Formats: sequence, C-alpha cells, structure tokens
Amino acid sequence: MENLEQLVQDGLHAVELADNLQALDQIRVEYLGKKGVITQQAKTLGKLSAEERPAAGQKINEAKGQVEQAINARRADLEKSAIEAKLASESIDVTLPGRGQDLGGLHPVTRTLQRIEEIFSRAGYSVEQGPEIEDDYHNFEALNIPGHHPARAMHDTFYFNPGTLLRTHTSPVQIRTMEAGKPPFRMICPGRVYRCDSDITHTPMFHQVEGLLIEKNVSFADLKSTVEEFLRVFFERDLKVRFRPSYFPFTEPSAEVDIEWGREPDGSIKWLEVMGCGMVHPKVFEHCGIDAEEYRGFAFGLGVERLAMLRYGVKDLRMFFENDLRFLRQFR
Amino acid sequence: MKFSEQWLREWVNPSIDSQALMDQITMAGLEVDGFEPVAGEFTGVVVGEVLAVEPHPDADKLRVCQVSDGSQTVQVVCGAPNVREGLKVPFAVLGAVLPGNFKIKKAKLRGQPSEGMLCSESELAISENHDGLMELPADAPVGQSMVDYLKLNDIAIDVDLTPNRADCLSIKGLAREVGVLNSLLVNAPEIEPVEAVHSEVPAIRVEAPEGCPRYLGRILRNVNLKAETPLWMQEKLRRSGIRSIDAAVDVTNYVMLELGQPMHAFDREEIAGGIVVRNAKAGEKLVLLDGQEVELTAETLVIADHDKPIAIAGVMGGEHSGVSEKTRDLVLESAYFDPITLAGKARHYGLHTDASHRFERGVDYELARDAMERATRLLMDIVGGEPGEIVEVVSWEDLPEARMVDLREKRLADVLGLTIDRTTVEEILSRLGLRVEKLLKDGWRISVPSFRPDISIEEDLIEEVGRIFGYNNLPVTAPTGSLGLSVREEAVRPLSAVRNFFVAQGYHEAITYSFVDPKVQQLINPEREGIALANPISADLSVMRTTLWSGLLKTVLHNQNRQQSRIRLFETGLRFVKQGDEIDQQPMLAGVVVGNQTAENWVNGRRTADFFDVKGELQSLFQLLGIEIQFRASQHPALHPGQTAELLRDGESVGWLGTLHPQVQKNLELNGTILMFELFLNSIVTGYVPNFKDVSKFPEVRRDLAIIIGNEVAFAQVEQVARKHAGEHLTDLRVFDVYEGESLGEGNRSLALSLFWQHPERTLNEDEVHSLFNGVIESLKEELGATLRS
Repeated sequence: MENLEQLVQDGLHAVELADNLQALDQIRVEYLGKKGVITQQAKTLGKLSAEERPAAGQKINEAKGQVEQAINARRADLEKSAIEAKLASESIDVTLPGRGQDLGGLHPVTRTLQRIEEIFSRAGYSVEQGPEIEDDYHNFEALNIPGHHPARAMHDTFYFNPGTLLRTHTSPVQIRTMEAGKPPFRMICPGRVYRCDSDITHTPMFHQVEGLLIEKNVSFADLKSTVEEFLRVFFERDLKVRFRPSYFPFTEPSAEVDIEWGREPDGSIKWLEVMGCGMVHPKVFEHCGIDAEEYRGFAFGLGVERLAMLRYGVKDLRMFFENDLRFLRQFR
Repeated sequence: MKFSEQWLREWVNPSIDSQALMDQITMAGLEVDGFEPVAGEFTGVVVGEVLAVEPHPDADKLRVCQVSDGSQTVQVVCGAPNVREGLKVPFAVLGAVLPGNFKIKKAKLRGQPSEGMLCSESELAISENHDGLMELPADAPVGQSMVDYLKLNDIAIDVDLTPNRADCLSIKGLAREVGVLNSLLVNAPEIEPVEAVHSEVPAIRVEAPEGCPRYLGRILRNVNLKAETPLWMQEKLRRSGIRSIDAAVDVTNYVMLELGQPMHAFDREEIAGGIVVRNAKAGEKLVLLDGQEVELTAETLVIADHDKPIAIAGVMGGEHSGVSEKTRDLVLESAYFDPITLAGKARHYGLHTDASHRFERGVDYELARDAMERATRLLMDIVGGEPGEIVEVVSWEDLPEARMVDLREKRLADVLGLTIDRTTVEEILSRLGLRVEKLLKDGWRISVPSFRPDISIEEDLIEEVGRIFGYNNLPVTAPTGSLGLSVREEAVRPLSAVRNFFVAQGYHEAITYSFVDPKVQQLINPEREGIALANPISADLSVMRTTLWSGLLKTVLHNQNRQQSRIRLFETGLRFVKQGDEIDQQPMLAGVVVGNQTAENWVNGRRTADFFDVKGELQSLFQLLGIEIQFRASQHPALHPGQTAELLRDGESVGWLGTLHPQVQKNLELNGTILMFELFLNSIVTGYVPNFKDVSKFPEVRRDLAIIIGNEVAFAQVEQVARKHAGEHLTDLRVFDVYEGESLGEGNRSLALSLFWQHPERTLNEDEVHSLFNGVIESLKEELGATLRS
C-alpha cells in the first residue's frame, strides 16, 4: 500500500511520455490490466482487517481512476493529432482548375429567339412553325401580294420554280395556322427567312418573328401597347417608341416602329427602326375564311438579328452566320 | 424620290424649318431616307466674266485671263479648256473659301500672278463634273453671289416611298401631303390649254386598249433644239437627281417630277406613218435610248410606228426615234398605261426607269392632258415651235372606274381604338382630296380621286384618317381576350432541353445557311441531289442542304483556319429532300466534334475525342429524352466504313453517328478525326411519362465474368444472348473491361461483364442465381463460341 502513490506517480509520468496510441495502450495494460501493477494491489487487501479493507479498496480504485483518466485524456490528444497529421498530408491545391467539359453556348440568335418566345408565351401566345420552302400562295397571294404587285420587288425572292420559293417572311405560317384552326388566335411564328440579297447589312438568310392576335374586339391601340410593352421588356428599359405610317400589303393601317436609340449630334432623339406592324388586312381574313366584320386582328414582325445586334452590340450582321468560335464563345 | 426643298416650298411653304419639315413628312408615312445640300459650303464666289484671255508665256496648258467680279478686274491664271472671252463663270475671289476649307489666296502660277480662281461644278461640290469651268448663262449678273444667283441655300431630300404611294412621286403630290399636314393651301402653277396654230396631228391607233386606256399625242413644229434649257430648270432637275440632256428631254422630265406624269418626245421624221400602241411581236428588236438592243417578248406593250417598235411603253424610248439637235418637229406623248400590264416589264429587260417606276405603281389617269399642256407651254418657252391640236385616244371601259368607298364612323373608332370627331375626320379626308360625296346615317360616302389608286376599301380610308391624325396621338390600351390554357405534352421534350443538353456537354450552337455548296454536299451525301435554287446568290450557296453536315463541316474548316483545334458544334434546323413531287422538310439535329475531348487540362486533357465519347453523350441525351436507341454497324458514304453506326428506334432508322471518312476529310481539307452525328428530331423528342414501380426491398446480387470471344462478334450480340438467358429478374448488365492482346490469340478479345439480379418480392437464393449465371455462360459458349477467361 505504501508504494501505491508512487505507482500512480510512475503511471502518470509514463502516460505523459507516451507519444503514440500503441505505447499508451501498453501503459494501460501495465498499470490497469488484469495483471497491471495497480490492479495487483487489490491482492494486498486480503491481508488487511475487515475494518481497514473498504478504505484501502477505495484508495486503489481512486488510483486506478486517476491513471485511467490520464490515459483517456492522452488518448484523445493523440487521436486528435493523428487526424490532424492525416488531414495535413491530404491537403490539395484547390486553385488548380477542375476537370470536365467547358460549357458550350447557344447561338445569340437562338438566345434572342428564346427570350422573345418566352415573353410572348407568358401572354398566352402559342409558338407556331411552318415550312421554309413555301408555295407562292402562302408566301404572297394569301397575304394580299398578287403576282403583279410592286411589293414583290421589295422581297427579292429565291425561287425554285415559278410556284415554289424560299419563304421571304414567316407570315405564311400565320396563314397556315389560321387555315387549320378557328379564331381567336394568339401566336408568334419564329424562324428562318430568305431574301436574295447579300451585302454588309443583308445576309441571304436571317430570322424573323411574326406575331398575330385575332379577337372579336381588338384595335390599333391594343397593337400599340403590345409592341411598346414588348420592346420595353426585351430591352429591359423604359425607351421611347414611335409609330410611323408605312405600308405592308397584309396589314392596314400599317406602321413601322422606331425606338429611341441615343441622340443625334444636335441633341434630338435618334430613332431606329426595329419592327413593322399593323391591323390585319381584310383580304387576309378573306383568304383564311375569317369574317372581317366579326373579328379584327393585329400583326407585327421583327428581325431577330437586328434585335440581337442592338442588344449585344454586334456590329456586323454577317458574323452571325460565320459561326466563328471566338464569336460564339461570347454568348455562353 | 429625290426633290428640292425650295421647289416644294414654291408649292406650299409651311413656316417650319427643314428638319421639322422632314420629320413631318416621315411621320406621315413618307419616310425621309436622307438629305444633302445642293452644293458644297463656300463663301466669296460670285458670277465673274472673263474679259480677256492670253496664252501663258511659260506654260502651254495655262491661260492668263482678265476677269471682272463686277467691281474690279483682276488677273487669273486658268487651266480649264473651255475658258474663253465673254464667258460667265463662278469666280472665287481672293479670300473665298471653297468646300473642303480651301482658301483662295494670291498666287503665282509659273511666274504669272493669279488673284482668284475660276471654278468647275465639282470645285463648288455642285456635281462631280470637273471637265471644265461651270458655264453660266450670258445674262448672269456679274458680281452677284453664286449662292444667291443659283439659290443654293437648298437641300435635296430623298424620300423612300412605299409602293402604294404613287401619288407622292411628284412635287404636286408631296405638296398636297404637306398642305394637309399644315392645313395650308397649295399653290399649283396655272395650266392653260395651248392653242393650236396648225392642223397637223399625229395619226394614233391604240390596238391594246387594256394596256393603254388613254393616249395623247401632239405635234410641235419647227422647234429649235439647240436652245439651251434654262438654268432654273436644269438646277431643279439636278437637285432631283436628273441630268440635263436637251430641252425636249428636260421638259418631259420636269413635268414628270412636277406633276407625276411620265412623258416622251419623238422626232416626227423618224415615225413612219403614225403611232400604233400594240403588243410587241415576239422577236422584234429595238435599240433603246441607253444604246442596248433588246429582243421584245409578245407580252411587252410597245409604241410603234407603221413599220417597227419605237419605244417600250412606259419604260424607255428607242434610240432611233429619239430627239436630237437636228430634230425639227416633235411628237409629244402623254399616256396612261395600266399598272398590271406594265408590272415586271422593265425588270424583264433589266431596266428600271423613272417612268416605269411610276407607271407600275399607278399614275393619275386623269393627268395626261394637263401634263401635255404644261409640257407644251414649257417647251415653247425654250425651243419655240408651233403647237398643233392634241389627239386623245381613250378607251373608257379600260380606264379605272371612279370609286366610291364608304367609311363607317363606328368601324373607324373600333379599328383605331378612338372616336375622332366628325369634323376632324371630314377635314382630313377633304384636304387629302377624298371628297365626301354623301353623308350616310352611320358615316360617309367618299369619292376617291384619280390620283389615289391605292384607295379602294374602308380600311384604306381608316388608314388615311389614322395617319394624318397621327398614330402617336392614338391611345395605348392592353388587349383583352380569353385566357385558355394550351396543351403541352409531357412526353415531348422541348427543343430547348435538347439544346441545353449539348451546351452542357461543351457544344456551341451554330446556325449555318440552309443553302450550301453543291460540290461540298456532293462529297458528303452523293446519293441525294440537293434541290437547286433558280436564282442563287452565288454558286457556293446554290442548293438546299440535304444534311446539316454540309454547313457544319464548312464551319469546322472556317474555325480550323483560325487556329481553333478543338471544335464541338451542333445545329438544329430543316434539311430538304425531294421525294417524288413532294419536298420533304425535316427538322434535324446534327453535331461535329474534333480535337481533344475536354479542353486541355492537367489531368488527361490531351485525349482526342473518339467515337465512344460522342456515343456516350448521345446515350445521355437519349436518357434525357426517355427513349431507347440501338446502334448498328452500318455504312454511310460520308463516314469511315469501320466507324459508322446507324441509330435505330424500334427498328426505324433515326440517324447516324460516325467518323468522317478520311478521303472526304482530305477532299474538304479538314484536320483531325472528325466525329459527326445527325438525327431526325421528330423521331427522338417523344419519350414517355414516368410510371412508378415499387422499389424492391430485397438485396441485389452481382456476378462477374470474363470471356474471350472473336472480334467479329459485336458486343450487342453478347448482350443479347446474355439477356436472353439471364431470366426476368436481371436488372442490369455492364461491361467493365475490354481487352485485346497477343495472349488472347489473333482475332480475339476479352470482354468482362457484370450481371445484376434482383427479385421484387423476395431474396434470390444462391442456387437460382448460380443456375442463371451458368446458363448465361453456357449459352455464350454455345451460341457465340466464347470461352471463359481463367
């Protein structure tokens, strides 16, 4: 018994010196195991009187407890540094680039088309498609552009034969949709169109979106609000819009739409033409079997590349169709 | 139409400046395309008179002149060939500043002092003409500033008129519009009939009255065509973009610009017999005023004499019958030609003239006589002559009918979205010349004047009222309507999902022309001929694409030529194929991949993309779309014969995947291994709506095996056999290794497979799995000659 205190001191000292979990475990066995030096002290209890035994037993238990606690504390320390060492050895350079694909991107024309489609879809417009090789009837006749009409010259049409052509606008899709359904209609017709014209401001192919709304009671005032709102939503700003009388064979009254786009050198508003629009011409209704006394409608059309150029600051129309990756990458 | 602002203001002169005037015209629907000053900006230029001309002692081409500026005479050295005594010219005095900020200072030219400069038209930026000095009329007042003398404080305004506004192709028509917009009266020149002084008249026969319902002719005898067109007229023509030729041509052009009536003057001596208006006989030839000889078609309306055509009606006169200095007697023509008859005729001969432009759009059918009288008077003022009677041949039944159009007050308000008060409506209409013939209970009956062929229905009148009232003065209201919900099929994935998938796989979207180079397409798709355009823009954009690859491969070339080695592109759009008499226009999805599979990086970034990279991407796409696609080894003329897969859905071909054929690649001058795919969009976008099945709570069992099998056996066959014998509870089959090596023997490879089983309602026992697994192994041995790899 007399050396119990010494044993505890020795034990604590050994724990302190243990620098790994194995050594620590050995110390535990040496002092606290079945044959451990402190455990063995219990054997001396038999030599003591019944009165002395409890106090002596308690002392031994306290001694065990003291050493055990030290071992546990030491173990926790050692485990913690082991984890820290492991973590330290596992550190990586997080600034190295990640693996995998670089993202591609949508063509700016598609990106613009998708925005336009989304804007009008939210107002209940359907998105309609049609053929690009069209017949003369749907591209011209049904739109009140008969064979001799001077407006045909404005269209610079690509022909395959006298009755078959590449559509010069997406309006024929409206005709086809009206032929197939019944009013009211709310639709936009996005797509490729073709004109036999190629220079710095014209490509022989480009994209248009034409819109059409036919209801029992619709007016030029409704057309104005639709066009104005669209332009503000598209450009995400409150720009000035003006309607200029114009002429399209398939609408009447017809207007061209200008938006405020900066200032002229003299400080006046610089107007930029962005869209054409008007009230559906009675002849078009007639061709589609719709009673022009019962229904009225408005239509509008816009050039997608033109809007994309304004929106993204592209200067040269032809870049859209070169598909140069250095151009495309800017529209991810 | 280009016109002089001053000229317009002679007719109607609102008190607004040029810019405001142009804005006003634009906002009325006559879009001003641009304007330019009629001369350059200069100061210090006066009318000068050359008093004396001496040769320069030291220079052959220079002359030493004495020039008066009205107050003094100075010496000027001049090199112009037409300098001569008595000539009146623009004279830039010392201190003058010419266009381009060119200052006139005292100078010595080859030793001779020169104080000022005699000017050509180009030096004053009046025209491009720098052939010699600008010659002024003999009565030009010496000393007067050139700006005042020529009234150069003017601009030429160019309006881009829409085809319906033929009525504005004249000063008269434009003045009418400006008058309406400013509520001003228009001052038209007085046109009085010119009395005949003899009884000679041209013989006129109109054989094609539908094309020429009205034809007027008049003889003007004994004219002096050496007489010069007065400067004021020359200037008005010049400012309208028309060159002065001679008095007869100038006057007809002047009347056309002023009133809108194209006219023509013939040399009477060159007309054999008389004038016949008829259709040409096919093959007849005519040399036109511009010198070109045309072969006429039978649809062409001509003015002929008794032997031959002498003009294409309403387009251009013939050279032979044209006037010249020697012409003594003129025959003047003023006619109304039917727009539909003339439509496209000028273009057929590669022509577009001021006359054809107007006749095709519709000239005022009541204007011919006024124009004839006006032209006769103007001509006589210049070239003298003795006028005869006007002969007029009219086919009343072929002339357009005078039209009445009703306008309903309610309809006007409904279409415009605003009720405009009656007086305003009536005032707008009447100022436009649209006379209210009768007040109706619900609106107006309007009589349409002969100069407005574009107005025939109620909407035309509504547009006129709206246009003059001002579109921007109309209200803005949101449309109302029913709010039905539209159907969107869940099983059909939107195209945007497909596009976004490829974007996420590192593809850029391309948009290439739908017409391509037939030579390129021939290499890629030799079995299908592209539909050819009749009028392509160029040979390399002359046939419609039969495959999107035609455009995409050219795009690859474009980018490879610009140092881009890693290219991943996709495109969606129609391809066009002739099928019998029909044209099949199918939406396609195509892609090309060349270069490293991923952008170069520090792990494995230099691995070139191969067939299985792209196949894997397509398989992911098919998972996204919810469809099952089989890949079958096949052949395609554009693709490598050993690296081509045809894609099948339920046995139907839906597209191709493969490596570009090395020979095609070489012919197209492309680099690298190019992987390509093309799919029929309509065949792949419809998948399924998910239908949930219970998840099995019982364990999944896995067994692996490795077989050695001949190279000629496709994995698909192995899979098929294995699946057939693996029972209904096989949940998955995967390949985890493919190995070829000498140890396996020539022509063999090893495939390592994992099979997974799971039962929905119970645990599969060892015996069952073992027997299925052995069944698979035995059948692979028996059916495909596989051996188990130890």
